[in-house]
Amino acid sequence: MVVDAALGQFGDLLFESALAVYVLAMILHAVEHALLRRTGVEQEEARVPVAAAATAGTGAGLSREGAAAAADLGSHDTSTPTRPPRTKAERFGRTGVSLTVLGFGLHLAMLVVRGLAAQRVPWGNMYEFTAAICLVAVGAWLVVLRRRPELRRLGAFVLLPVVVLMFLAGTVLYTQTAPVVPALRSYWLAIHVSAAVIASGILLLAGVASLLYLLRRVHENDPTRLTWTARLPSADVLDRVAYRATAIAFPVWTFAVITGAIWAEAAWGRYWGWDPKETTAFVAWIVYACYLHARSTAGWRGPRAAVINVVGFAVMVFNLFFVNLVVTGLHSYAGVG
Amino acid sequence: MTTTLPAPPGDAGPPPARPPRVRQALALARNTWRGLTSMRTALILLFLLAVASMPGAVLPQRTPSPNAVDDYLTQNPTLGPILDDLGFFDVFATPWFAAIYLLLFISLIGCLLPRSFEHVRGLRAEPVSVPRNLARLPHHAQSTSDDDPDAVVEAARRRLRGWKVAVRSEPGGVRTLSAEKGALREVGNLVFHLSLVALLGGIAVGKLFGYEGQVIVMADGSEFCNSGIYAYDSFRPGLQVDGTGLDPFCMIVDDFRASFRPDGQPDSFDANVRYQDTDAVERGDTDWQSHDLAVNDPLRVDGERVYLLGHGYAPRFTVTFPNGEQRVGLIQWRPVDQATLLSEGATKIDPPGVTDESERRRSQLAITGLFAPTSSGGGLVTSVFPALNDPEAAVDVMRGDLGLDSGRAQSIFEVDRTMVDQGRLVRVARENVKPGGEIALDDGTRIRFDGVENWVSLQVSHDPAQTAVLLAAIALLGGLTLSLTVRRRRFWLRASPGAPSTTGGRTVVSLGGLARTDRAGYGEEFGRLAGELAPPRAGGDPGGDPTGRTEPDPDVPDEALEGPDGPAAEQPRPQDDDREDDDDGR
Ligand code: HEM
Repeated sequence: MVVDAALGQFGDLLFESALAVYVLAMILHAVEHALLRRTGVEQEEARVPVAAAATAGTGAGLSREGAAAAADLGSHDTSTPTRPPRTKAERFGRTGVSLTVLGFGLHLAMLVVRGLAAQRVPWGNMYEFTAAICLVAVGAWLVVLRRRPELRRLGAFVLLPVVVLMFLAGTVLYTQTAPVVPALRSYWLAIHVSAAVIASGILLLAGVASLLYLLRRVHENDPTRLTWTARLPSADVLDRVAYRATAIAFPVWTFAVITGAIWAEAAWGRYWGWDPKETTAFVAWIVYACYLHARSTAGWRGPRAAVINVVGFAVMVFNLFFVNLVVTGLHSYAGVG
Repeated sequence: MTTTLPAPPGDAGPPPARPPRVRQALALARNTWRGLTSMRTALILLFLLAVASMPGAVLPQRTPSPNAVDDYLTQNPTLGPILDDLGFFDVFATPWFAAIYLLLFISLIGCLLPRSFEHVRGLRAEPVSVPRNLARLPHHAQSTSDDDPDAVVEAARRRLRGWKVAVRSEPGGVRTLSAEKGALREVGNLVFHLSLVALLGGIAVGKLFGYEGQVIVMADGSEFCNSGIYAYDSFRPGLQVDGTGLDPFCMIVDDFRASFRPDGQPDSFDANVRYQDTDAVERGDTDWQSHDLAVNDPLRVDGERVYLLGHGYAPRFTVTFPNGEQRVGLIQWRPVDQATLLSEGATKIDPPGVTDESERRRSQLAITGLFAPTSSGGGLVTSVFPALNDPEAAVDVMRGDLGLDSGRAQSIFEVDRTMVDQGRLVRVARENVKPGGEIALDDGTRIRFDGVENWVSLQVSHDPAQTAVLLAAIALLGGLTLSLTVRRRRFWLRASPGAPSTTGGRTVVSLGGLARTDRAGYGEEFGRLAGELAPPRAGGDPGGDPTGRTEPDPDVPDEALEGPDGPAAEQPRPQDDDREDDDDGR
């Protein structure tokens, strides 16, 4: 297997550019957020009594949504039928989205180039794996944005973990383009790892949404606290984003675990052996099953479920970093070349 | 669905004739069972399962890596043994771990069986009748039609192909239609959970009746037969396996090839093998089938799988004794550095034709030391590359009593140190030799380093339930996908003959819709249905707006909606903030 070194270097360049563009997009979203906070003060004040009155109503779940809906009426959504002139904040936000799309394009190109350079699927080591997860997260985010443009205000919060992960990938985890060891050379690599990458990327989005949901709820229950979350989508919307993302990602993760077992049967002689990576994947799976259960158990949906979702994501991150770098089991990604 | 509802207080008390003790015991048993099979308990048990598994990810475990556990124990002399007693190095075999998953599966079965029965009944039941006030549903619309109620209902029935439909009449010539869709969601959920049970059962059968054995075979045409435990270097039987009745297939390892990248990373491994399955062996066939055994590509023969796990080198020495007799020593040396395959070992040789025991114990030989497949050269031999590019061995030749019949077990890779310490085994030469090279001993014995053979380490695995586990996993995934993607939803239509005074005699068509699950997304579909079945009329109809409303709060039990009074508990949402995430890929 020949590795094209020049192509590999070009891939690195694309990676760096994508990261830089994401950082810029994140900054623009942050500026948007800051501007909204300032201009949003009057609406904020107008909103509070609505929320208070509504919470006093019958079902808390219903009224919160009502309050959120009322709040959304006052916002600068692009979806407002009679479009008011674009505010400064909106221009920043829109540019942020455009940059995110650009970054996504560069990021995608980077993985394609990397794959061409190594002549295999471009997720054969932790650097590539992390980059691919981030690509899926950004892609999922763009899909959400296309369907619900008003969620744009989440931009900075979605990009933050992406940027952090990519930075770590580019520094700590960086590996030169190279073929993979024989144990990884199997079409199951493409299938199993792709599924794991897709699930992880979508779950990243879910984790961010659940975390923001928890913060936003603090604010909704007591409007004097965490006022910076006032410009986020309502807690109910965040909750739904988290649920939908998890509901999509969970079967994919299940598929990843099953194909992992099929591959392990062919490569290591048993379909399941409680290798640290397998164990952590199992734990993450159980935690997400907990989350889905919690969503349909009275008294557990809402904040408790969201906490479980955040825990689930923490386990995924633990799996990526701790298990790969510290524990090192059979999984040959383990260790950074 | 809401299995967490506490038992109603007056619920079917036992007959008063029973003595109070028994009644209490029964009540306790019933409450325990209810508690155990509740969603909340399932949730907590699931969480416990996750927490209990965590040590298995953080601490080394005996099953995959016993050496790491020993290292950990020596490094943590105080904490280690405590953790060991609690089973933290074998988490998945501890009683506490088993307790959690057994409780979970009891809970699962207790929860699932009643649900399955209920669901089967539900499948046969007619869709519930139309609520009185459709306008109070989360999705609703109203319009008028020139057709009579029968025609309206007929048109709706035709449109709702694929739904489960019931048509009923109400007094005053009113016709109603109830429709339901998405029962597959429940089916999926049940299939998913039942598959979990099947999966666990399959794993258990595998643990009982499976086995795993490891063996090192020289890749020079040596043969291995799965004829019993003694054929293996190590053997891990299932609880019900005693080692008799293994399928006695045989295989011959003809050769082994490894290729490496310039940086020493392995590039490919494979071994050419020939094998005979059990039938062929029993028939005494002479033909062998060939197979290229490689990483990721086991040999599947009878119910067994043979894996290529690892490889290494075995230096071959020919010893020519002063009387001219020769002995060949060929045994595997073990890699001490996986990256360069620097290996160590001890090739032990008995002198030929020595009958006197004490004489024999003075003249046994061991060739021990290091072997480098690609030697660094120089006095201190080490290996710089894992392939056989420039092999060299740095050996000590020991002579004396190897202690082979001392009764102590001894490693095939080392000489017995106590013999050396007692001066009964002494070094008689130390040299670096390359293939073809010779070492001459003081008594005239010559040791020739002939060359190097490859050995492969093979694993034979047997798991009779493996296919069943795979099928259960596929069913699990299918059930899960159904359960998470199908939405259960209801649709109602009421067509009432209009009074001439209000609607000019036109039929009034009211529609209502309700999604019974957590997932958003009914709004769009309802909007489309309403647009076709009750299109808003130009002439100032008493029209509803046929766009979706938000989903009902899933807290509201469905039962609340089923009475003829309609959804008393449902409040239409004040405003649709939630442009439903549709499913048609907008
Ligand atoms: C081995 C442990 C279990 C796992 C891994 C598991 C996993 C899951 C998952 C992933 C879902 C989501 C699918 C969906 O929303 O339809 C689910 C739903 C459900 N589970 Fe479990 N489960 C387990 C045990 C149990 C037990 C013990 C019960 C009964 C007490 C139970 C009752 C339910 C119910 C009623 C739902 C449907 C919730 C709904 O309709 O939204 N599960 N389970």
